[in-house]
Amino acid sequence: MRLLSRKATCNTHGQDSSYFLGWQEYEKNPYDEVKNPTGIIQMGLAENQLSFDLLESWLASNPDAAGFKKGGQSIFRELALFQDYHGLPDFKKALVEFMAEIRGNKVSFDQNKIVLTAGATSANETLMFCLAEPGEAFLLPTPYYPGFDRDLKWRTGVEIVPIQCTSSNDFQITSSALEEAFHEAQRRKLRVKGVLITNPSNPLGTTMTRSELNLLLSFVTEKGIHLISDEIYSGTVFSSPGFVSILEVLKDRKCENSQVWDRVHIVYSLSKDLGLPGFRVGAIYSNDDTVVSAATKMSSFGLVSSQTQYLLSALLSDKKFTRNYISENKRRLKQRQTLLVKGLEKAGISCLESNAGLFCWVNMKHLLSSNTFTAEMELWKKIVHEVKLNISPGSSCHCTEPGWFRVCFANMSEETLNLAIQRLKSFVESMNNQSHHQMLKSSRRKSLAKWVFRLSFDHDHREPEER
Amino acid sequence: MLSTKASRDSHGQDSSYFVGWQEYEKNPYHDVRNPTGIIQMGLAENQLSFDLIESWIARNPDAVGLKKNGASMFKELALFQDYHGLPAFKNALVKFMAEIRGNKVKFDPNKLVLTAGSTSANETLMFCLAERGDAFLLPTPYYPGFDRDLKWRTGVEIVPIHCSSSNDFQITMPELEKSYQEAQRLGLKVKGVFITNPSNPLGTTMTRDELNHLISFSMAKNIHIVSDEIYSGTAFDCPKFISIIEALMDRHLENTDIWSRIHIVYSLSKDLGLPGFRVGMIYSNNETVVSAATKMSSFGLISSQTQYLLSRMLSQSKFTSNYMEKNRKRLRKRKEMLVSGLQSAGIKCLKSNAGLFCWVDMRHLLSSQTFEAEEELWKNILYGVRLNIPPGSSCHCSEPGWFRICFANLSEGTLKAAMKRIKNFVDHNYQEMACDQRSTFYKWLSKILSNNHESDRY
Repeated sequence: MRLLSRKATCNTHGQDSSYFLGWQEYEKNPYDEVKNPTGIIQMGLAENQLSFDLLESWLASNPDAAGFKKGGQSIFRELALFQDYHGLPDFKKALVEFMAEIRGNKVSFDQNKIVLTAGATSANETLMFCLAEPGEAFLLPTPYYPGFDRDLKWRTGVEIVPIQCTSSNDFQITSSALEEAFHEAQRRKLRVKGVLITNPSNPLGTTMTRSELNLLLSFVTEKGIHLISDEIYSGTVFSSPGFVSILEVLKDRKCENSQVWDRVHIVYSLSKDLGLPGFRVGAIYSNDDTVVSAATKMSSFGLVSSQTQYLLSALLSDKKFTRNYISENKRRLKQRQTLLVKGLEKAGISCLESNAGLFCWVNMKHLLSSNTFTAEMELWKKIVHEVKLNISPGSSCHCTEPGWFRVCFANMSEETLNLAIQRLKSFVESMNNQSHHQMLKSSRRKSLAKWVFRLSFDHDHREPEER
Repeated sequence: MLSTKASRDSHGQDSSYFVGWQEYEKNPYHDVRNPTGIIQMGLAENQLSFDLIESWIARNPDAVGLKKNGASMFKELALFQDYHGLPAFKNALVKFMAEIRGNKVKFDPNKLVLTAGSTSANETLMFCLAERGDAFLLPTPYYPGFDRDLKWRTGVEIVPIHCSSSNDFQITMPELEKSYQEAQRLGLKVKGVFITNPSNPLGTTMTRDELNHLISFSMAKNIHIVSDEIYSGTAFDCPKFISIIEALMDRHLENTDIWSRIHIVYSLSKDLGLPGFRVGMIYSNNETVVSAATKMSSFGLISSQTQYLLSRMLSQSKFTSNYMEKNRKRLRKRKEMLVSGLQSAGIKCLKSNAGLFCWVDMRHLLSSQTFEAEEELWKNILYGVRLNIPPGSSCHCSEPGWFRICFANLSEGTLKAAMKRIKNFVDHNYQEMACDQRSTFYKWLSKILSNNHESDRY
């Protein structure tokens, strides 16, 4: 008899992919400015390390929030005992107001429709448990975050069918790609329960256009399926076009009382916008009462620590702080992205034009030895082991075209970023020299051969064919 | 449109255990603001030792201020999402767990997996050890939450091991075998036995005999043992708490197959009274389980802010040993208060030495030895006496008339008020019963007297 479950023994957790392997290599030899200056620079981790000073100074001015105090009084007991899966009311209120602020207050959220979870990882899995049976499928546009293969599929038994997007139109979702994915699911005898999008996109770093969102809404309306919008990067939109939330589009199309209204669910988290992945703060927002009710009970399996809920409710209730944080954070992200983009440009590498996220989607097709994923892996290994940069290859994100890489810019210091760019530049130059050298060598050989051949013919005064 | 999980009630939250809780929420007792409200005695919380923790925090502000030796740890902690957990925290936890077991066993931090509460730990273990449709055997009575935690999203089934009051609800070999056969009859593959030790709702620690039975049984059937030891720090009286690992070690089973089929669940929700902080864990000697559970813990990691605070607190042995001693003393005192209060109302409890509750025998207050009568009594107590005490049926007890009453989640004053209410209720009930008995006697007497008169005529 099998002693352990299949889930425990097989590798459907997807953690043998290159996304995680690169991470492991980094862990073995991590760059440190002083202690290990030739180590691997981590550029595969979508963390936001740019605005901690703002958070730390708020904490220093508001010690009660971390000290379990309210108005000078200890509320330790109340918090220690607070395990209500409905969540701390003050925190939910502050959170929905923060979410509205990020959307320019063009939409407002009802705190009774929000379910708190231990991170977006938990939120996404929970939504799968609520919306689909094992063996059913969700459609996801490629390229997508590698973690979804674990988060959405592993314990739920749900399948992912990709909506193939290509560079021909900057990886935007098209009607034909949607239909193609739906048919592919049918061919595989999988019942499609919905579409899951990440907006802004990971790994593209772009916000979805209004027409893409409209397309998606029409599609899910027609098919009678769900739409999950993972908006965890919504606060990182640093330049135009601005962020358009799916809820905004629903409002604009006056869908509030239609059936599709109940089939749109949003996932949020404070891991990217606030840079707090360690605090495990995620949320599901849904207009469907049954989903809210079921997800609330399921959140028992991953509640947010009351200690953390309290600290963040105080932080996010401070509107002066949130207003300043949102704008300053965006400014810094924009500056960093520009640094990376320009630096890569100098190395002859272009990026997909982006306006959000903590990374760029980088085009290294011209550095491939051939237009294949094997060549992409070859290049990735060189970059990890020789250039000593951990960047994520497009194949780990299920990209259909080889040669794209996700490179993060907000999880290291400016100096480290500059060093990384320098290393990449040197690498590209050496590759160019090598191939130039090889080309020279091979073209010199060809010229020499031609000259010798000509010489031999001149001597004999005979036509080659006569010999 | 939604999954069956979302639309059906297989989350088990319509049971009386949760209904009582909801009624309490609508009308909660407060000694000043709502003195006639419902007193919550259905919540197994430990509110007796917060002062010890609060004073520690007051002396160690760095731990809450996310500082170490005055330097800020904020950035490191904000970014720390490693599912292997904060090393300092795991080291402190294994030390604490060993201390609870009188240092008779040692734990390896590399075999510990942190989870957001034991609710998460239990579900994760089911995902690791069983497929949908497989079963675990659980001794009754058991914690009502297991119907949700072990079964809901995992599809695993629970088959009860019936325990009865005839031997103080201890697990016997015949009952183990019976439940195994029952599972087979139902076409379910048994993957293991799941015990809670100390027991919820009994409040007793498992005897060495019981543990040995379980070990022999699991060896014979080649199945797992999951030992939920979340109340291990609440064992306040003898006999001492014996962990499953200690029982295995005493039988020199460390290098056998069964060693890697033993898994312990722990949490800080009961011993330290911190359910809000969501700190649970799985301890397993099986590397594959540790590895899979670690990855699965991504779905319920502990906030690094909380890991840091508690790693500092539990690293101080001066604090932990003082806390353990005082906490146990206070629990014992409270339990005795409840037991004697109930005694004066003519109500007995199962003799207990652990937990935050007593297993109370109210069979004599039932109008009949049925679960319908138990439900009647439960409703009378909830709505009439205004005490929320979960009935044994919500814990899958096979005999009607038992109730779980908590004693550590309320003040002494409130406990006394609750005892008074019970006494009044029983006295009134008893008088009625006494009246009934008297009227039955008079009826019998008058019958005899009238018979005699008739016979005289003839």
